[in-house]
Amino acid sequence: MNKLQISRRNFLRVSASAAGGLMVSIHFPSMAGAQEMGGGAEINAWLTIDPDNIVSIVTPQTEMGQGAFTAVPLMVAEELNIPWENVRHVFADANRHVNNDNLYTTTSTGGSTTVSRRHPYIMQAGASARERLRVAAANRWSVPLESVVAEQGMLTSGDMQGTYGDFAADAAEVTLETEPAIKAYGDWWLLGKEDIKRLDIPLKTNGTATYPIDVVVEGMVYAACQACPVPEGRLVSYDFDAVKDMPGVIAAVELVQTKDVPSFTDLRSGVAIVAESWYQAKNALAVMPITWDLGRGASMSNESMAAEAMQLISQPGTVLLDEEGNIGRGLDQGVNHDAVYGIIEASTNVVQGDVYHRPFETHATMMPPCAVADVKEDRCDIWTFTQDIARSLNEAADQLGRDTTNVFLHQTYLGGGFGGGYNMDVHRQAAAISAEIGRPVKVIRSREEDIAQDSQRPPVWGTFTAALGEDGLPEALVTHFVGEEKMPAFAQRGVANMPYLIPNRRHENSSIQNHIPIGFHRAPGANSTGFIVEQMVDEMAQAGGWDPLEWRLKLTEGNEPWQRVLLAMKEKSGWTTDMGDGEGMGCAVVESHGTIAGCVATVAVSRRGQLFIDKLQYFINSGYVISPLTAVEQAESSAIWEMSHAMFGGLVIRDGRVVNTNFDSYTMMRMADTPPVIEVSLEMSEDQWWGGLGEPTGPPTPPAVANAIFYATGTRVRSTPIAQATL
Amino acid sequence: MAITLNINGEDRSLDIDPQMPLLWAIREAAGLTGTKFGCGIAQCGNCTVIIDGNAVRSCNQPAATAAGKSIRTIESISENNDHPVQQAWQELTVPQCGYCQSGQIMSAVALLEKSPNPSDREIDQAMAGNICRCGTYPRIRAAIHRAAEISSS
Ligand code: FES
Ligand code: FES
Repeated sequence: MNKLQISRRNFLRVSASAAGGLMVSIHFPSMAGAQEMGGGAEINAWLTIDPDNIVSIVTPQTEMGQGAFTAVPLMVAEELNIPWENVRHVFADANRHVNNDNLYTTTSTGGSTTVSRRHPYIMQAGASARERLRVAAANRWSVPLESVVAEQGMLTSGDMQGTYGDFAADAAEVTLETEPAIKAYGDWWLLGKEDIKRLDIPLKTNGTATYPIDVVVEGMVYAACQACPVPEGRLVSYDFDAVKDMPGVIAAVELVQTKDVPSFTDLRSGVAIVAESWYQAKNALAVMPITWDLGRGASMSNESMAAEAMQLISQPGTVLLDEEGNIGRGLDQGVNHDAVYGIIEASTNVVQGDVYHRPFETHATMMPPCAVADVKEDRCDIWTFTQDIARSLNEAADQLGRDTTNVFLHQTYLGGGFGGGYNMDVHRQAAAISAEIGRPVKVIRSREEDIAQDSQRPPVWGTFTAALGEDGLPEALVTHFVGEEKMPAFAQRGVANMPYLIPNRRHENSSIQNHIPIGFHRAPGANSTGFIVEQMVDEMAQAGGWDPLEWRLKLTEGNEPWQRVLLAMKEKSGWTTDMGDGEGMGCAVVESHGTIAGCVATVAVSRRGQLFIDKLQYFINSGYVISPLTAVEQAESSAIWEMSHAMFGGLVIRDGRVVNTNFDSYTMMRMADTPPVIEVSLEMSEDQWWGGLGEPTGPPTPPAVANAIFYATGTRVRSTPIAQATL
Repeated sequence: MAITLNINGEDRSLDIDPQMPLLWAIREAAGLTGTKFGCGIAQCGNCTVIIDGNAVRSCNQPAATAAGKSIRTIESISENNDHPVQQAWQELTVPQCGYCQSGQIMSAVALLEKSPNPSDREIDQAMAGNICRCGTYPRIRAAIHRAAEISSS
């Protein structure tokens, strides 16, 4: 587990805020902790205390429903020791960040890291401010520092007392000789409390939360964009004359791609129509004749990709090894990957797995990608869908050939993210169009264009062969997983490094050709591979005569974090493999983002083959939890997210393009499909660490359901969407 | 061309093409951005408004079809964010990203106006047109029951 260490040899930049309050920014020396933090050079945090004792706390990460705008203020408030009611959230200033040496270290928001990776410097900001308030009070009252208590927004010493706000301006002048240590787990008064609600809830019950799509700029017009329907293809020509007299139409703007193969956020070749209203732009674009050079992907389909994958999987793949010659955790004990085939050949008890498969999935954030840009001669203002405000600001500046000092990217709420906000060129589109037409513009991607152009979650195929020993446990295991060429590592996550101790293992991988853009998608890699690994495990357990939960317990012996989860599953879920006809329980455990998440699914399958997921129970070990309510909400959310794909999802690629591009054909879970019971149990290890909580319950859900279906029906579901399986 | 729409109890004369989908008339012309766009084909429910008491998807019906009717949007359901549905939503911390929630709330308000104490089945039916990509369905269901309770007390 990651344990962050951070030096306290930091120094502070302090200044009085405009309102006469205290503003704190903490700089840690760049060599301290930088590597563990993901390579950032400096670490900063900001807070302001107003004279009326209201504390405003900046969150450089984005809020997409995961609770960052609450988690960051919570961590600061814990150390500052201020009543939660006094805390306000404020958006970070991306321009200031970018133009001041990345003031907040990073504005990137993903990988469930806001709390797990960034808490040391965020909590330090609160602790530092509190200490300086104490020094300010000691100085003004002429009392020893030790006598000053800072608690719940009040400073006291004997019978003297004042609010933090009373001392904020003084505290801004204080320099500390040494920075205080941040509190240990057991000393928290606010973090870990059950009843802390997110700060952004009220705004989201009356329509006042502002998303990029809601931003209005004086004189603004609207644009609809289209890139080549076959990704990697290029625009050849378009006939604007054919549509220029349609109602409201103002202009066509060519979107010029400068790189042969654009990365995630480079502008892709295409064309935009600008109109007085968005629907007018969209209607005109839909009928404008456009010629494309479709590129290399034009004949690809789900079938052609599957055929290539099956071809690859039928022959040996490449073996993944780390520097020591091992292929992952659990393999360093007597592992002999070269000998594995020999053991299997000599075995009389071989389990030969069939091929499992998960297809492409798309983000389909509830707010389609959208950006507003107002490019003027001396400045540019942008509001956009992004999970990294600084990166998008830099890219907008790059698009315009402007200096970043004159580019202002304003943070808003996001209508979901799930990794999709890392892979956007919508801010570049808006910037390019606004610069071209000389007016502010709002680009809204139609849902069809969103799904067609999204950076998708990649497909994976996987199979295995195992030789079982006399005790029914695997003696040797070969796995072979096939991914695609753009992000091949996603297809291997959680496989090579599975925690199960099998003495002889070999893991092979291969990649198919792929022109579809690929991106991060909630619990990347594990979201697909978990489905395969955790059913493979059940197949081995059943073949060896083991209860699948006991099998997992046995093969993770000594691995306390996993044992804790597995024991909770066994003891608290009512676990049995012996339910009535047509009913079954299934289990699965997957680790992602440093968190181990177990799922026990209870299903019923009717005689006609209709599946009912009666209950999903989760057992999660993430080490620390600072906000149990948000943790539970995120657990429910990622479970439903992933079950939605597993039940109904799956992109259909035909003639190189995604064909199911709206919710009538790319279907998802609705209220009535949602399992009636979803329970979440937090099972924290004593030996604590910080695991992420925004994603981990997704990956174990589909395999737990599929395993349960097996116990209910004897049918093994090896691919998704499950709704298409015959049960 | 101007058409008159009664939005949130107020007659609004909007200079728009009568074929403009109601959603964009509400968002762009009337400037009420609480109602959201998600799909444009009446599949996601983000654009739900209440017209003459019924929850309606506003994205694929021309604005002109709503002339002479009473259109209610999220902005109108309470002054102080304290409609029983809003109270329940806050109490049970329903929203995550929040983007779908205007539509969810409007569907729930319309349901409770017709059926003050709905069963799970009625809730599933009434909410079937609303997708939540963040998966807040269990909380929405519980919050509708809670809102019914708040209304009756
Ligand atoms: S935007 Fe109207 S139903 Fe989706
Ligand atoms: S709260 Fe995000 S889509 Fe429903």
